[in-house]
Amino acid sequence: MEKIFNLQQLINGIQLGSIYALISLGYTMVYGIVRLINFAHGDFFMIGAYAAYFTVILSSSKGFNIPVPIVFLISMGAGAGVAALANQTAYKPLRYKPRLSALITAIGVSMFIEYIFSALPFIGPSYRAFPNEKLIKNKIYEFGTTTLSNYAIIDVVISIGLMLFLTYLVKYTKVGKAMRAVSQDKDAAKLMGIDIEKIIMITFIVGGAFAGAAGILTGISYPRIFPYMGILPGLKAFIAAVLGGIGNIPGAMLGSYIMGISETFATSYNSLLGEGIAFAILIIVLIFRPQGLLGETIAEKV
Amino acid sequence: MKISRNYKLIFYALIFYFLVFLSHRFGFLINDYILHIINVSLIYVILTVSLNLINGFTGQFSIGHMGFAAVGAYISGILTTLIWKIKPTNLSNYILFIIAMLIGGLCAMGIGYLLGLPTLRLRGDYLAIVTLGFGEIIRTIINNIDYVGGPRGLLGIPKFSNFTFIFFITLISVIIMRNIVYSTHGRAFKSIREDPIASELVGVNTTKYKVMVFTIASFFAGIAGSLLCHLLQIAHPTQYGFMGTILVLVMVYAGGMGSISGSIIAAFGLTFMSEGLRLVLRKLDDITPTVQIGIEWRMVVYALLLILIMLFRTEGLMGKREIRILVPEEEEK
Repeated sequence: MEKIFNLQQLINGIQLGSIYALISLGYTMVYGIVRLINFAHGDFFMIGAYAAYFTVILSSSKGFNIPVPIVFLISMGAGAGVAALANQTAYKPLRYKPRLSALITAIGVSMFIEYIFSALPFIGPSYRAFPNEKLIKNKIYEFGTTTLSNYAIIDVVISIGLMLFLTYLVKYTKVGKAMRAVSQDKDAAKLMGIDIEKIIMITFIVGGAFAGAAGILTGISYPRIFPYMGILPGLKAFIAAVLGGIGNIPGAMLGSYIMGISETFATSYNSLLGEGIAFAILIIVLIFRPQGLLGETIAEKV
Repeated sequence: MKISRNYKLIFYALIFYFLVFLSHRFGFLINDYILHIINVSLIYVILTVSLNLINGFTGQFSIGHMGFAAVGAYISGILTTLIWKIKPTNLSNYILFIIAMLIGGLCAMGIGYLLGLPTLRLRGDYLAIVTLGFGEIIRTIINNIDYVGGPRGLLGIPKFSNFTFIFFITLISVIIMRNIVYSTHGRAFKSIREDPIASELVGVNTTKYKVMVFTIASFFAGIAGSLLCHLLQIAHPTQYGFMGTILVLVMVYAGGMGSISGSIIAAFGLTFMSEGLRLVLRKLDDITPTVQIGIEWRMVVYALLLILIMLFRTEGLMGKREIRILVPEEEEK
C-alpha cells in the first residue's frame, strides 16, 4: 500500500490535474454554450506550447531574454486567436445545422491543425525539446523522500489563479451573466438583446487562451512538444469535463483533479493501466451517472 | 421475361470483375499497382458501408471503426500466421482462412456488442468519445503485447487476399448490408435517425436497434480488417489508429450519409485521389528541388476536404439517393 499511496504521487497528480483543469474548462464552457464537443481544443493547447517555444527560441537567438509573463501572454494569445479563427470560419456557418455536422467539422479542424503543423517545413512532425530552463530555472525542494519542484508550484498557482479569474468572469460580470443566459436558452437570450455570436466568440477566446496557458505550462513541466501532443490531453480533459458534469465549471475543475490524481496513481502501479484508466473512468461514469458528478439531470424535450 | 434487379446487380458486378481481371491478366491498362489500389478500395468499400450503417442510416456517431478492424485483423492474423502457420497454396488453407476471417469478425462483433450496450443508451456525442477512446485503448493494448509484435506490428502474414477473393467478399458484404437497410430492421434504423423520441413512441426499441446496428457494423469492420492485413501482409497498430478511422469517416460523409452507392463511389474516388496526390506531390518536388513538399500534405488535403464538405455540401455527394440498381424493386412500389 505504501508504494502506491505516497505523497509524491499526490503532488504529481495535482500538478497534472491543474493542467487538465485548464483544458477542460475550455471544453466545458464551449459545450455549455453551443453544445459542441470542440475536438480541436486539444490543438489550441498544442499551439500555445509551440507559440511559447518559438518565442523563446527566436528571442534567445537574437540574444535577449524575454520576460516570462510576456511569453505567457503570447501563448494565451495564440491559443485564443486560433480558437477565434476556427469559430469564425468553421463553426459559425454550421450553427443552425444538425449538431453532428458541427462535430464532424470540429474533427476536421483538429486534423487540419495537426497535419498543417507537421507538414510545414519549419515545424515538422518530430519531437522537440521545450527550452524550459531558459524560461524558468528549475528548483527542487526536498521534504524527506518527497520532492517538490517549482514547476509544480507554478502550474498549480497559475491554473488556480486563472480558475478564480474565470469564476469572477462568469459570476460577477455582465459578460458572464450573458454567457449563463445563452447557455440556458439561446432564443430567449436573443430576445433579451444579447448578441449571441459575440458571447460565443468571447467563450471561444477565453477557452482558447486557457488552453494556450495549459500548453506553455505543459511545455515547462513536461518539456517535449510535437504536433500531436494535444490529442490525448485533450481527450482526457474532455473526460474530466464529463466526469464533473459537462457544461458545469466547478465540475470541470473537480473532474480534472480526480483525473490527474487517479492517472498518476494508476501509472505508478502499471503503465498500461495508467493509459487506460481515463477511458475506464469514462465508461463507468456513463453507465452509472451520465450527467456527471455535479451535473443535474435534464429531461429530454420533444 | 423480366429479369429481377438483384440478378442484374450481380450481373453488372461480374462484368466489372471480369473486366478488371482480364485486363490485368493481359496487361491492358491495369498493372499490379493499380490492381492493388483497386483491392484497397474494395476493402474500404466494406469499411465505409458498414460505418455508414451506424453514422448515416442510424444517425449515431462512431469514430472508432478502425478499432474493430484492428480486432479482426489481429485475431485472424494470429490464427493464420502464428497458430496454424498456413500458406495460400491449396483450397483447404483458403477454407481455414475464411474461418479465421469469420472468427476475427465475430470477435470484433462481440466487442462491439459489449461496448455498445452501456454507451448507446446515451446521446450521440458520448458515443463519439467512447468509440474514440476504445480505438486508443485497442492501439495501446496491441502496442503492449509482445506476442503480436507490439509496436513492430505483426509481420509475415500470408497473402491470402487476392483480387478475386476480396471482390467476392466485398460483393457479399455489400449485398448483405443493403438487404439489412431495406429490411424491417433497416426501417427501424432510419426511424431512429429521423427522430429517436418519436420512434420510441411508436414502439421501436431504440437501444436494441442501436446496439444491433453497432454490432453488425463491427462484424463487417472485423472482416475488412482481416482482409486488409492479409493483403498488406502486415498488421501494424498505427494503421488502425484514429487517422485510419478519419479516412473512412471522410469517405462516408463525402459519399453521403445514408447512401450505399455514395459510399462505394467515395471509397473508390478517395482511395484513387489519395494515390494520385502522392504522384502529384512527387512531381511538384521534382519541379522545385529546393522546396520539398512532404507527403503529410495528403492528410492536410483530407482534413480540408472534410471541413469543406461539411460547410458547403453537408449531405455529401449523393445525399440519401441511391443508384437504382442497388434499390430492391419492392421498395419502389
